[in-house]
Amino acid sequence: MGMTMSQKILAAHAGLDSVAAGQLISAKLDIVLGNDITTPVAVNEFKKAGFDKVFDKDKVAIVLDHFVPNKDIKAAEQSKTCREFACSHCISHFYDVGKMGIEHALLPEQGVVTAGDCIIGADSHTCTYGALGAFSTGVGSTDMAAGMATGMAWFKVPSAIKFNLTGKLPPNCSGKDVILTIIGRIGVDGALYKSMEFTGEGVRGLSMDDRLCICNMAVEAGAKNGIFPVDDVTLAYLKGRSEREPVVYEADADAVYESVVDVDLSAVTPTVACPHLPENTRPASELHDIRVDQVVIGSCTNGRLEDMEAAWRILKGKQVAKGLRCIIIPATMQILRECVERGWYTDFIDAGAVVSTPTCGPCLGGYMGILAAGERCIATTNRNFVGRMGHVDSEVYLASPQTAAASALAGYITEYKEA
Amino acid sequence: MNTKGKAFRYPDNVDTDVIIPARYLNTSDARELALHCMEDIDREFVKRVQPGDVIVAGWNFGCGSSREHAPLVIKTCGTGCVIAKSFARIFYRNAINIGLPILECEQAAQEIEAGHEVTVDFDTGIITDVTTGKSYQAQPFPPFIQNIIRSGGLLNSLREGSAND
Repeated sequence: MGMTMSQKILAAHAGLDSVAAGQLISAKLDIVLGNDITTPVAVNEFKKAGFDKVFDKDKVAIVLDHFVPNKDIKAAEQSKTCREFACSHCISHFYDVGKMGIEHALLPEQGVVTAGDCIIGADSHTCTYGALGAFSTGVGSTDMAAGMATGMAWFKVPSAIKFNLTGKLPPNCSGKDVILTIIGRIGVDGALYKSMEFTGEGVRGLSMDDRLCICNMAVEAGAKNGIFPVDDVTLAYLKGRSEREPVVYEADADAVYESVVDVDLSAVTPTVACPHLPENTRPASELHDIRVDQVVIGSCTNGRLEDMEAAWRILKGKQVAKGLRCIIIPATMQILRECVERGWYTDFIDAGAVVSTPTCGPCLGGYMGILAAGERCIATTNRNFVGRMGHVDSEVYLASPQTAAASALAGYITEYKEA
Repeated sequence: MNTKGKAFRYPDNVDTDVIIPARYLNTSDARELALHCMEDIDREFVKRVQPGDVIVAGWNFGCGSSREHAPLVIKTCGTGCVIAKSFARIFYRNAINIGLPILECEQAAQEIEAGHEVTVDFDTGIITDVTTGKSYQAQPFPPFIQNIIRSGGLLNSLREGSAND
């Protein structure tokens, strides 16, 4: 019986010729990831279990990104725990303030993750790296600790849903509109325990930033992982970047899928997920009566260079609406530097926006843009749960950078219309 | 192994942000975190929960973040078990890894009402609503996972050599 792309990567890492959905396997890991919230718990478990060394100092990545630069004393203590652990185990991929970025933008950018990898990360959005043709999934801190100690993890081999992409996106849409449209159709548990395998002739028209954004939110449909085939776009991205040689896997022609969902990219419209679930999607054009207090453009979903460019094209030479706060957070130092070099940073400030150092910050209600009771934010982030960005009586609307930037100018939710 | 207590009922898609809001995650001290368990969905939960009590919920319980703090605070509060129609996959994995008993049982999750007295036998997977006298059979765990639970969590089972074989 044929295997899906995810199943082939898992079989190879389990040392098996083939695997089938539902099978329990133990697989070798290429990267084990943690951040400043999940790593301290993992370090504690690691020590408690009596482990004294990591399986491979080059295959553990620790990124301080959620609450750094440290937002308070407790966060500082957590960063310190990560720093000391990374130092004592000579972790090569340890990213502290000055070098850090939001983990899921940083690791692909720095070439730490590559095609064909099997990756676990103690962060739910670890599924992002599927965009590079890797099997990559989020786990908890105990799994991270076990992965650091043994270089292995157990998996139940997932079945898959195939998303057959056709056509080309309209100019005012991006990967975010694609994944929000899909989640709106299948629901927040529509892919529970499964792989979301994106394929079809529409893939080639999607940039790497679009694909990273789409895979990033696979978990928002309950999926174990999202994955794209490796093509010229992937190989061009990985070239000169990837630390290890990419390995290309393809789904078998007779691979078995639980279902097939057709997505016509040319029919996608600017889409917004309304409170309080990512599946509550509506066309942005139907939400013009929703006034907003804050706009956040950033996060592991949409803090990449193309996202910054999309926002800049709309905001340059304009002013954000009176009484509205617009917070722009480039996801890595390299992206921030590009914003400075290209003059976008100045244009953002002139438009009345603020630009922050990379951080997950407001996305999870940490800091750098917390909402008060009754306030409303349109954000390019990934979750709009109750209390996600602050007070339980605040609201988050999820959208693309284009829609968020257009809304920042208007003061209410609106799609971007090209002049 | 079993638990006995009263039921707290919650809807579908209870996410990890309402189980333990991220604004408290600047610490990993389970007892401190547990003071905020379920805070954004039910401020009374922490005041009312007693050791052995049971959370009963709908589909996709624990969706969202990978934070292990979520099952950890539920366990630290003394909750004996979570019964749901389904669990989000990372929460499911984390609960097993840290030793919070969870059971998937659609009918029990549908029918058990808030405040009912519930008993759960983890060896047989039988859930009983003592208030109504009705019993339900939950899905048993696969042997591999039972092994992790018996060892008291993933890392213990690794040391015993029973996982990742």
